[in-house]
Amino acid sequence: MTDWKKICTLDEIPRLGSRVVKSPKGDIAVFRTADDEVFALHDMCPHKGGALSQGLVAGKVVTCPMHSWKIQFENGEALAPDKGCAKPYPTKVEGGLVWIAL
Amino acid sequence: MVGNGMAGCRTLEELLKLAPDLYEITVFGAEPHPNYNRIMLSPVLAGETKFEDIVLNDLAWYCDNGITLHTGKQVTKIDRKARKVIAADGTEAYYDRLLLATGSSPFILPVPGKGLPGVIAYRDIADTEAMIEAAQHHRHAVVIGAGLLGLEAANGLVLRGMDVTVVHLADWIMERQLDQTAADLLQKSLEAKGLKFLLGKQTAELIAGESGRVAAIRFKDGTGIPADLVVMAVGIRPNTALAESAGIHCERGIVVDDTLQTYDPKIYAVGECVAHRGIAYGLVAPLFEQAKVCANHLAQMGIGRYAGSVTSTKLKVTGIDVFSAGNFMGGEGCEDIVLADPSAGIYKKLVIKGDILAGAVLYGDTGDGAWYFQLLKDKQNVADIRDHLMFGSHHVGDVGHAGASQAATMPDTAEVCGCNGVCKGDIVKAIKTHGLFTLEDVRKHTKASSSCGSCTGLVEQILASTVGGAYQPADTHDKPVCGCTEHSHGTVRQAIREQKLLSIPAVMQALNWKTPNGCATCRPALNYYLISTWPHEAQDDPQSRFINERAHANIQRDGTFSVVPRMWGGLTTPAELRVIADVAEKYEVPTVKMTGGARIDLLGIRKGNLPKVWEDLGKAGLVSGHAYGKSIRTVKTCVGAEHCRFGTQRSMDMGVKLEKMLFGMWAPHKVKLAVSGCPRNCAEAGIKDVGVIGVDSGYELYIAGNGGIKTEVAMFMCKVKSDSEVLEYSGSFLQLYREEAYYLERTCHYVARVGLDHVKANVVENEARRKELYERLLYALQGYTDPWANAVATQAKEYVALEAI
Repeated sequence: MTDWKKICTLDEIPRLGSRVVKSPKGDIAVFRTADDEVFALHDMCPHKGGALSQGLVAGKVVTCPMHSWKIQFENGEALAPDKGCAKPYPTKVEGGLVWIAL
Repeated sequence: MVGNGMAGCRTLEELLKLAPDLYEITVFGAEPHPNYNRIMLSPVLAGETKFEDIVLNDLAWYCDNGITLHTGKQVTKIDRKARKVIAADGTEAYYDRLLLATGSSPFILPVPGKGLPGVIAYRDIADTEAMIEAAQHHRHAVVIGAGLLGLEAANGLVLRGMDVTVVHLADWIMERQLDQTAADLLQKSLEAKGLKFLLGKQTAELIAGESGRVAAIRFKDGTGIPADLVVMAVGIRPNTALAESAGIHCERGIVVDDTLQTYDPKIYAVGECVAHRGIAYGLVAPLFEQAKVCANHLAQMGIGRYAGSVTSTKLKVTGIDVFSAGNFMGGEGCEDIVLADPSAGIYKKLVIKGDILAGAVLYGDTGDGAWYFQLLKDKQNVADIRDHLMFGSHHVGDVGHAGASQAATMPDTAEVCGCNGVCKGDIVKAIKTHGLFTLEDVRKHTKASSSCGSCTGLVEQILASTVGGAYQPADTHDKPVCGCTEHSHGTVRQAIREQKLLSIPAVMQALNWKTPNGCATCRPALNYYLISTWPHEAQDDPQSRFINERAHANIQRDGTFSVVPRMWGGLTTPAELRVIADVAEKYEVPTVKMTGGARIDLLGIRKGNLPKVWEDLGKAGLVSGHAYGKSIRTVKTCVGAEHCRFGTQRSMDMGVKLEKMLFGMWAPHKVKLAVSGCPRNCAEAGIKDVGVIGVDSGYELYIAGNGGIKTEVAMFMCKVKSDSEVLEYSGSFLQLYREEAYYLERTCHYVARVGLDHVKANVVENEARRKELYERLLYALQGYTDPWANAVATQAKEYVALEAI
């Protein structure tokens, strides 16, 4: 059974921005797209461990601030030609509240 | 699409990038292969590469992109009324848009015996295989035509063990690409490799031997030589038969306009079969330019015109370096600069017409070919660098990689990109295995030159020496901002100004951005253009700024941040130092360091602590130093007349005034200033964006220096008398830079692009213009407040992590 945890209200994450949530599994970056969709990734770039939460969000991709790898929200995979994956976590938004499942 | 070659497939690739689902695509190719890299046939013949390695689009590519591929089927008819094409075997396909990329055929001399076995052209993989086969069984080969292709064919046959004679009609070889001096040098070194030459010879007849195969060649003058294999390489003819039979207007090739459209609006054409403004191109680089424009119009985006190409040539014969481009023969109104060192085997000729490089021939040392070609294409004014132009790009201030211009002779293990640790071998391998042709592609695949960019020239040279004539340097002036748009930086700026666009979504809508939110490349640029063009009106979008500017601190490799409080002119007080010391202890700052800009850096602060650190610093009056921004950084000063026995001007005071004036100035890139109180120049003003040097009678102003990636010595702009003039002249230069430079262009690159004369005309010679610029700068900076204090006052939440789960 999925164990959903409430993390914040949608308003607390800026559009095309992100927030960090501390968890037993390490820091998790929670992103909000222009269309108010919310995605969560392990806050560590598969390249050299950069904080993805500090990157620039466009569409459903974040560009890592360290060396500009582009990581896709939906599966955590880096865009070609780079290869690597930041673990994605399921999220949902209900009634203005953001939930995450670890 | 009819024709499955490099030009056609490149058009499809570009089209799929722009509009992947717009068309159902069907491709007809007469050869039984998928698209391969025709340029690499010479290395295949020479035994340096295998056919499998030169396939550009394998069958899976067609399949993955939903393209129906008919190989080995020649289209024989276009029914324009019914809008369908019909192949020789009866296969039919209907079209909404038809792309003709039928390429060209080798020109076969109309001499008796031209159809004999053993007489071939050099065009496709079948010809190459025939030549490899002939080399195993026969001895004498004759290549007719000493052009690029002919020489590569001859070289390949020599390497395969044949006795090769090159027959040529003109008086020197490669006469369309080389002048006689270079050609003679080339001939000598090819002779040393075993090739024989017969120049000024016209072929009269090919004679069959007993077996019926060709056995000899006879010339107009009655002489002759044995030949078991004859390769005709005397030129190409655009394949226009299909188009002509359908009634499409053809001259030398299929006539197209600047959008690559033929006289039938539903039919487009690209590649060697095309005549554009009367020119049919036979090199791959122009064809790729055509492909890009054509794809854009096929995708119904309607942006972009093909205006013809300047071409360059590079011979792919291992161990011999020849390069030529543009009008290398000179002529009326042209001047030649020539360097000839016959015993070293080096010859270089540059043709200059009216301060612009018009052509170049390089023999023996072609390391700077790509650079000359760039100057030529950009029509850059070379008056300023003319005296050392001949000595190559590294003589124009490139200390970063001075002397390393010999890309071809570098060992594979040599590190090219120091930022990302990429060796030459990695780059060459990526170019070969992925079929890369552009600098952008190489950057994407290898990361070489994608960080600081100082090795860009070297990477371009490696690219040029690996792919030869196929390399096309990017057109720096019209280059799109990024993959999200076709528009260049210049066009975007102009649109923002003329249409008074005030937000990023408005720009993206007005200019038909291809992506909904842009990307990490274009958004920061757009944000800067907006706030610099429409200060106090356009919205500043924090989410479109790089993290450092968003968080007002510099992110470090471990994810912590560094904090640099401003110290005006490098001056501080015991009280400020005490607060900095207290902060460093209170927040357990692991590293405290002096910066190069004469201030103190507190490194290793966790993001959540940033507002608290700023609050404590702010109590002592310390504000943001903007060490993180594309903005004014520091004004470095020497002690000056305040204390120094040599000082002629009060440089600390002047520096503080400049820094206070420029506080909060965003710019295309970082901006650093320095003020020295005397010509001893202890503040190192000679390598700053604006350098001020006090002299007894006033100040000398220097601009566009740079101490970073490439050390650039600042150029003298003018001399002024008073402190207020220093502010006005420096300010108006910086405003000109802010208004005209492209995002991420330092002052040195900006001034190199527009010319020092342009800057002087605006800032020094035209008083009204100077005052306008200065006022606009002051207006833009009006009311700027410390971003740290703002973050503290608004209790900005973004710095703190959400509650743990």
